[in-house]
Amino acid sequence: MTAAPFLWLQRTPSEHGEIWLPRGEWRISNAVAIDRALQALALPAATAQPGVILDLSQLEGLDTAGAMLLWQLYDRATEAGIRVDLGAVPEAFASLFTAVGVVHDKPMPRPVRMNPFYARLILLGKATVSVVQDSLCFLSFLGLITLTLWRNTIQPWRLRFTSIIFHVEEIGLKALPIVGLLSFLIGVVISYQGAQQLQQFGADLYVVNLLGVSILREIGVLMTAIIVAGRSGSAFTAQLGTMQVNQETDALRTLGLEPVELLVLPRVIAMVIALPLLAMYANILALLGGAVMCWVQLDISLGPFLRQMQEAIDLWTLWVGLIKAPVFAFVIAVVGCYQGFRVSGSAESVGQLTTRSVVHGIFLVILLDAVFSVLFAWLDI
Amino acid sequence: MSEPPVITVSGLITRFGEQVIHQGLDLEVKRGEILGIVGGSGSGKSVLMKELIGLLRPAAGTLRVLGHDPHTQDMREAEALRRRWGVLFQEGALFSALSVAQNILMPMREFTDLSIPLRRDLAAIKVALVGLPPEAADKHPSQLSGGMKKRVGLARALALDPEILFLDEPTAGLDPISANAFDELILSLRRSLGLTVVMITHDLDSLITICDRIAVLVDKRIVTGTVAELAQHGHPWIRDYFNGPRGRAVLARTGS
Repeated sequence: MTAAPFLWLQRTPSEHGEIWLPRGEWRISNAVAIDRALQALALPAATAQPGVILDLSQLEGLDTAGAMLLWQLYDRATEAGIRVDLGAVPEAFASLFTAVGVVHDKPMPRPVRMNPFYARLILLGKATVSVVQDSLCFLSFLGLITLTLWRNTIQPWRLRFTSIIFHVEEIGLKALPIVGLLSFLIGVVISYQGAQQLQQFGADLYVVNLLGVSILREIGVLMTAIIVAGRSGSAFTAQLGTMQVNQETDALRTLGLEPVELLVLPRVIAMVIALPLLAMYANILALLGGAVMCWVQLDISLGPFLRQMQEAIDLWTLWVGLIKAPVFAFVIAVVGCYQGFRVSGSAESVGQLTTRSVVHGIFLVILLDAVFSVLFAWLDI
Repeated sequence: MSEPPVITVSGLITRFGEQVIHQGLDLEVKRGEILGIVGGSGSGKSVLMKELIGLLRPAAGTLRVLGHDPHTQDMREAEALRRRWGVLFQEGALFSALSVAQNILMPMREFTDLSIPLRRDLAAIKVALVGLPPEAADKHPSQLSGGMKKRVGLARALALDPEILFLDEPTAGLDPISANAFDELILSLRRSLGLTVVMITHDLDSLITICDRIAVLVDKRIVTGTVAELAQHGHPWIRDYFNGPRGRAVLARTGS
């Protein structure tokens, strides 16, 4: 393909002025070539009278892109001070040519460019305000849950037991395989790493102490909380968010049913029941993993393992871990539901808020874990 | 007219498991006409459209769109064919992560070598052709009303100047004024761009005012005809459709 102008636009001088004859298929597939040809076109001098006649009778094809290019040519010539008369427009192209002519000089507004410094500053300000607003909203949501919980405590028949049991199954029972497998592997890993270090001092047996204390106090419950935040906290956001998009929550309100009582409370209660149970189960499986590894690698069989375990831990070691589980559960469930209710309008925001629910859930769980550590150290437990 | 039809369907059979949707369906669409497809819920209107645009493979039968098989295994042929039609989905199906302008620019960016200013100019023309204000270009789909979303969807469908336009319930969910405006828009685009239009619709007004012919999906087959012909048709569903209170009101108003 060549860029020779005469291919697309034939120019013939005449006594009525120069005649411009567009030729060929002025379609989007040729638009690049046509545009290049037109850019290379030297306009006649503005003084050259009597101007130009644009004659479309030789056109073989025209679409929106072609019509636009014709009008751009027309505009360019007119702006250069040349009088352009429209010659014959074949009937087949007339309406398209006219339609594009009516609208072609309405350019889209360019996006406003801002000083990057101010743009950052504005972004920072917006982020700050939204953090404050978000915290206030979360606080009031927490208040709403507390109030509803109170009302349900004095009127316990209002609680949705079926729903609670359903969610206990979803959060707890169905998470057993994944929580069990991961805990077992964590036990194996801790035992393996601990054994490698302690063997150097001939303190093989203290692997059992390491296992008992670290798993029961920290890792068992923390791992479970993180898995559940990723598995069920996100599910809460997605479920409630979708209901929000479908206006199901609005429908509930118009029926005189309170979404917090109907949807949030069963999930929160179920989570508070299921997570401690899961954590206990995770503890057992992690210790089992550790015991297997001790036996395989250090040749400590189950008898000595259990005896050493009894030396290493007391009942409080277990409680220090498990006491945290309902708190984590409450936080994960409330964050999940809260983000679900923040969904508005599009399905896109369901995805965004689900991500945020998991991130916030895990963040708060680890933060609270740190707070508990400080608290327990202070209480000397 | 000796010109071959742009769409030919013959002996089409569609099955979902045990359920038979189309049983030996035949259809022809002529160049430059506006064909309305109607039928009861679940009669397979949308399924038929999905088969025509190559999204769903029928169990049997031949489909020809612009002389090609939309289900061809030849990737080049399929791609070239898909550029020659535009589809407007029921809810617009706009890309929610992109602005209006980016939505319209997307097919141009992917399939043409046009320079950026030229593409922007062309997109501006499409925005104006479908009757959107220039300010709409930088908005995101979530900021638009239902009617505007459909216009943007139409602009995107028209981005590459297609020969056939498939519309799935273009006026559903629009108020009567917007629906009329949309009908007018389709008529004027057909006139100026020389489009062939296949539209699924339940809007009796647009059926009667803009469709040249109507294809009714009944008993897993298609009956085609003009409004006047179908109003006299013997099939009970078709008779009820056009002679029900709504149908009569529209027919009386338009004087057909």
